[in-house]
Amino acid sequence: MAQKKAKIAERQNEVIAGLKTFGTQIYNQLDQGVFPTINMPSRSTENINYDPTLRQFILGEKSVSRSARNIRHIKPFTQLAWAAMFSNELTTQRKTSTLRDVYYSAQAYEMTFTDQQESNNIITDLETLTGFAREDFHIFPEERSAIFGDLDIGYTVPGYEGKTLNLTSHPDGVLIGPALTSAEFINTRADKVIAIEKGALFTRFIEENVHNKHKSLLISCGGQAPRQTRSFIRRLHDELNLPVYILTDGDPWGMHIAQVIISGSANAAHLRELNTPDAVWSGVWASDIVEYKLPTDPLDEVDIKRLYELLKDPRYQNDPLWQREIKLFLKIKRKAEQEAFSRYGLTYIVDEYLPTKLEAAKGKK
Amino acid sequence: MAQATFEEISASDFFYRNRDIAGLTNPSRAIFVAIREIVENSLDAAESQKIPPDVYVRLSYEGEATKETQIYKLRVEDNGSGIPPRFIPSAFGQVLYGSKYKLKQARGTFGLGGKMAVLYGQITTHQPVFVTSSTGQEKIYSFKLMIDIQRNKPIILDRKVLINKDNWRGTIVEFTLEGDYLRAMPKIIEYFKQTAMVNPYANITFVDPKGRLYKFIRGTTVMPESPKETMPHPYGVDVELLQRLIQITTFTNMSDFLKGHFHRVGEITAQKFLEFAGIPPNKNPKKLSHEEIVRLMQNLKKYKDFLPPDASCLSPLGEDLLKAGILKELKPEYLVVHQRKPSTYAGHPFIIELAMAYGGDVPKRGTFMIYRFANKIPLLYDEASDVSYRVISAMNWRRYKVAPEMPIAIVVHICSTKVPYKTVGKEFISDRPEVRREVANALREVARQLQHFLARQEHVHMEKKRLGIFSKYLPKIAEFSTTLAQKEKLPDIDKLLKSVQKYGAEES
Repeated sequence: MAQKKAKIAERQNEVIAGLKTFGTQIYNQLDQGVFPTINMPSRSTENINYDPTLRQFILGEKSVSRSARNIRHIKPFTQLAWAAMFSNELTTQRKTSTLRDVYYSAQAYEMTFTDQQESNNIITDLETLTGFAREDFHIFPEERSAIFGDLDIGYTVPGYEGKTLNLTSHPDGVLIGPALTSAEFINTRADKVIAIEKGALFTRFIEENVHNKHKSLLISCGGQAPRQTRSFIRRLHDELNLPVYILTDGDPWGMHIAQVIISGSANAAHLRELNTPDAVWSGVWASDIVEYKLPTDPLDEVDIKRLYELLKDPRYQNDPLWQREIKLFLKIKRKAEQEAFSRYGLTYIVDEYLPTKLEAAKGKK
Repeated sequence: MAQATFEEISASDFFYRNRDIAGLTNPSRAIFVAIREIVENSLDAAESQKIPPDVYVRLSYEGEATKETQIYKLRVEDNGSGIPPRFIPSAFGQVLYGSKYKLKQARGTFGLGGKMAVLYGQITTHQPVFVTSSTGQEKIYSFKLMIDIQRNKPIILDRKVLINKDNWRGTIVEFTLEGDYLRAMPKIIEYFKQTAMVNPYANITFVDPKGRLYKFIRGTTVMPESPKETMPHPYGVDVELLQRLIQITTFTNMSDFLKGHFHRVGEITAQKFLEFAGIPPNKNPKKLSHEEIVRLMQNLKKYKDFLPPDASCLSPLGEDLLKAGILKELKPEYLVVHQRKPSTYAGHPFIIELAMAYGGDVPKRGTFMIYRFANKIPLLYDEASDVSYRVISAMNWRRYKVAPEMPIAIVVHICSTKVPYKTVGKEFISDRPEVRREVANALREVARQLQHFLARQEHVHMEKKRLGIFSKYLPKIAEFSTTLAQKEKLPDIDKLLKSVQKYGAEES
């Protein structure tokens, strides 16, 4: 445990050192009477490649430079320097902040951002430049997801150091926020993680005691899982050696929610360890729709267009399962939500479907 | 069966019955036109002597006339040439009598305006006109007059002679008329403002019926060259004029007649023309039959080799004076003035002067402000019918990176011995190809210069903005990096700031 604590502190120091290097670089250039210039990897689409070994998107060789000499660069350059200073403050003082906070805090320095998008972009620049995620700088997005299950954690946030919590202590689950993502894992009796697309099913699972029956940690993604949740799932997998199963709606969108947890997103190609390559999409598959004769809706035009896009996406090439299911969706032209199992009774999904799927996934492994 | 009756009517009677054509259409227009005509006469009277005009105008309320109209007394004083006493009654009491039938540029050309105003006053109020004038000699003459409308003759009601102790020179006209000042007020004030613009050497004072004082002070005492009188150009004559010339001529042969009465006709031109027209050079002009006169007129127009009229009979303001006037009244940020070379239409010489004023006190209206002048008279009505308006509207402004949304005023001045007005009301210039071409060329010239100015200004603006951005952000980068690098003192950025400034200075 002391080792884990040291690891978190070490990460912290790396972040602070990285920011200082950046600052010193600019300072020295200015002091020598040179317009400061920085280089960082380009995030343009042609520079985003899929790495089959890492099983995620990464940035290529191309880099962009930003110079304070350029009249169009100087404002974003200044914003970047400000964001670095602001992150440095947060990290050293161990305070957290949201993307929205960043947007407003800048105004105190007469560095008003035009909109939230602009300030978000600057934070992404800082991530790309330093190689750290915004969460490392203690900057978090607004959206939150939740976890429920038999896991003891130890807080590291100021004021809570040494306190522990069992994640079954609240029936609505515990928010996956800065305090939880920075916590250490102490002990768990679970042997798997089940990530669920929707909050309603997550609640049903808790009510139906799935965490006990199937010895699992339940996670509500709340749609597309936020980055900190994805990184948290990765930690659960890496540090606790737990297999991860993902349950989504049976449509291209649900499928992709699972895929992003597994392979990451192009938007975060400049960052590592946000994805869990070993996680498994357990359903709802197109073949489940057929097999369980689920009540369905027809695929609409956008769904079909999306399926054709996914068919060509490099992330969907590494497992024959994806190709098979996409083609089946296109063939049956139907989709089904997780709730569709309710036609067989409220507990059917827990009592019948889930065990079968988990068994199948285990068998496959 | 009723028989049609023909009766001769006098000129006064004619204009009395047709006062619309002189612009006296309604009570508000009438009061505007009356002021304008008398003031123009005053300005002409001073200019003819090359005296910087001092014109004092007072309009005072005398009482109700109808529900909508009131009786006003108009008094106009000037420091002009003054009128010799024997001409005073006719000058103010006889329509179409005047000093303006010779060919040189002057404000009025019909000999009509001032008298029409007086006539209108008499018709609406039945009051006489008082005229006091002196040419600066030892006596001042004062007349009380009315017009005998049927006979077009002045009636002298009273005549006084005063000793001119102070060597005063000028004319005072005072009469009453019915009108609607409140409705006419905006146009009247605009008229004075614009008059001040093209007469920058004039002092103009106006006291309105509410006792408000409007004062337009001269910005210079320099005056434009007085126009010289010229003879008519062969291209501009008509049968009527030919007959009149034949009546008064003392020449006994055609060659001398042409040389003596026409502009730019010399010995050789006269010979060649007579040969062309098939008229013996020694023919006595008084012996020409009516048919021969008509044919002569047609041949004068047909003959291609007459020299164009020269412009010595014109009195343009000149670029400097126009500039002075516009600077004084519009106070623009930028002003460009252009005078075209003299040109002619139908035998009448004319000159176009054009100016574009940008920014400063020039308002943004969404359209160009257009100020039109003819022989220094502001034209305030029927803008859309004027040739200038049409040329301005038809212009491809995008080529010059100029837009009507900008604060731009365009001033067009046409001067001519015969301004091609469309109507007797003298409100807009008709669309003649020669005039249109000159206006368009002048407009292109000033637009080009304005474009250069705007480009320069844009450049300076961008440069300022650029410097502003550097001096805003560089210190911030310095501050943030100092904190990040955990340094004690800020890096020295003066060198960098100077380098952008130097770079900027080179560019602008």
